[in-house]
Amino acid sequence: MGKRTLVLKFPKKLVNQPITYKLVKNYNLKLNILQAKVTPEEEGSMVIGIEGPDKKIKEGIKYLKETGVKIQPLIQDVELDKDKCTHCTYCVTLCPTQAFIVDRKTMEVSLDKDKCIACGICVDVCPYNAIKLKLG
Amino acid sequence: MAKTIQQINEKIKKGEVVVVNAEEIIDIVDKKGVKKASQEIDVVTTGTFSPMCSSGAYINIGTSKPKLKLGGGKATINNVSVYTGFAAADIYIGAAALPDEGPRNKFYPGDFTYGGGHVIEDLVSGKDLKLKAIAYGTDCYPRKELDTLINIKDLNEAVLFNLRNASQNYNVAVNLSNRIIYTYMGELKANLGNANYCTAGQLSPLLNDPLYKTIGIGTKIFLGGGEGYITWHGTQHNPSSKRKNNDIPKDTAATISVIGNLKNMSAKWLRGTSMKGYGATLTVGIGIPIPILNEEICRYTAIKDKEIYTTIRDYSQDYPNAVEKSLGEINYEQLKSGKITIKNKEVPTGSLSSYKKAKEISNILKDRIKNGDFLLTQPIASLPGPNSGYKLKPLKEREVK
Ligand code: SF4
Ligand code: SF4
Repeated sequence: MGKRTLVLKFPKKLVNQPITYKLVKNYNLKLNILQAKVTPEEEGSMVIGIEGPDKKIKEGIKYLKETGVKIQPLIQDVELDKDKCTHCTYCVTLCPTQAFIVDRKTMEVSLDKDKCIACGICVDVCPYNAIKLKLG
Repeated sequence: MAKTIQQINEKIKKGEVVVVNAEEIIDIVDKKGVKKASQEIDVVTTGTFSPMCSSGAYINIGTSKPKLKLGGGKATINNVSVYTGFAAADIYIGAAALPDEGPRNKFYPGDFTYGGGHVIEDLVSGKDLKLKAIAYGTDCYPRKELDTLINIKDLNEAVLFNLRNASQNYNVAVNLSNRIIYTYMGELKANLGNANYCTAGQLSPLLNDPLYKTIGIGTKIFLGGGEGYITWHGTQHNPSSKRKNNDIPKDTAATISVIGNLKNMSAKWLRGTSMKGYGATLTVGIGIPIPILNEEICRYTAIKDKEIYTTIRDYSQDYPNAVEKSLGEINYEQLKSGKITIKNKEVPTGSLSSYKKAKEISNILKDRIKNGDFLLTQPIASLPGPNSGYKLKPLKEREVK
């Protein structure tokens, strides 16, 4: 059994296609939509978590690519580097899932990995390069 | 009973000094009253750890053989442009300097992964840096090119010399427009999506001595992990900024210029910083001790986050166009709670200044004083105060004929 977080970008023509439904139905994958954004006239983006046998995951990803969905680097995990983080709290409002926890007394910042969807936003904005990406 | 700095220094030498940080003094004054607290406490330590763009370091690289004159030539360190408008071997590294060839904001928003602040961090941490220079050559300095590694341990001097640091208060930045903007106050989401602030509030040095009664030119400070001194008021020093009844300015006010031996500092407290879409800078750790000479000074150091107000400003239209418009005032207790209300909307808050690190600095300074490793100095001149006539002036643009 495997688990993957994928960042999908799909062009306008695919926006209304039942892609996620097919992933579940045809590949027997457990699917969790972590974030979805579809702007009219533009492309849609979606962060999904999929779970299932490794073989099925591979097939599912292949299917996605064939339909024209772009798959961004498979970020599996992000990690807060304790030595580099200054606990400024700057990233806290930029995280789409509120995965950063701030102890409001000490103003210490920590990362709740269960909430993190590995979107990479904080990795990009942290001024001190304190968040590391782990690519799958 | 009033104390003098000399008396406090005697106590430091004897190991009898009583030092607390600017957070601890709040409870002490609350419990014991300002009179008793001012008798018992000798020093209150403050701290701040924030991006401070008007920072930099000068170095003297020593003379090469044959000799080369950097002055009037061009140089880069790790590809970042550095200033060479001095004599033969002096260089100034500005925190916001960037590689000449770098993409900057060409692919907006730019990443600014490496700039002057990162050069300074690498220099302090003892890494070898690549120095490249070209000169025009003279009879006494014939050499025209230099391509070498340099290391802080071999330099004659390496001195941190910052033009403007430790701003006394700072405004809160928000974005009223409908697109994301990237500023020196960080990424600001559209339509009041977030609000960013940038001081350590009740721990911040100049907010604990709002009228500069003890902090002045010559004051010895914690600087970048080592020691330094206040050399002058900082650029854009604006002591005439509007104040609340408690003498605390409601916006940027005083600033200080500081100096210290980079060789004794640490990369932990001088961090190269990349502000997406804006540029590179240096995050500087500063801590200033405040001698509790009398009750008034003690009362000032007991200032609480909820008594320090700052002004909210729009960075989409007002700030870039130099429109001085306030969207309201807010205190640091509210800011530190994680959300504030602006125009009836709940807005999440983030900081660029680290309160946690500010406290760590105030505690390091406290320990140095307690251990007898840090004596206080008497300022040799005051910083220009609220009645000095000092004011921040905008640029008066005039036609070039
Ligand atoms: S922005 Fe970076 S340094 Fe600041 S709290 Fe987040 S991870 Fe830590
Ligand atoms: S990668 Fe960062 S911004 Fe994205 S969800 Fe995780 S913690 Fe939040």
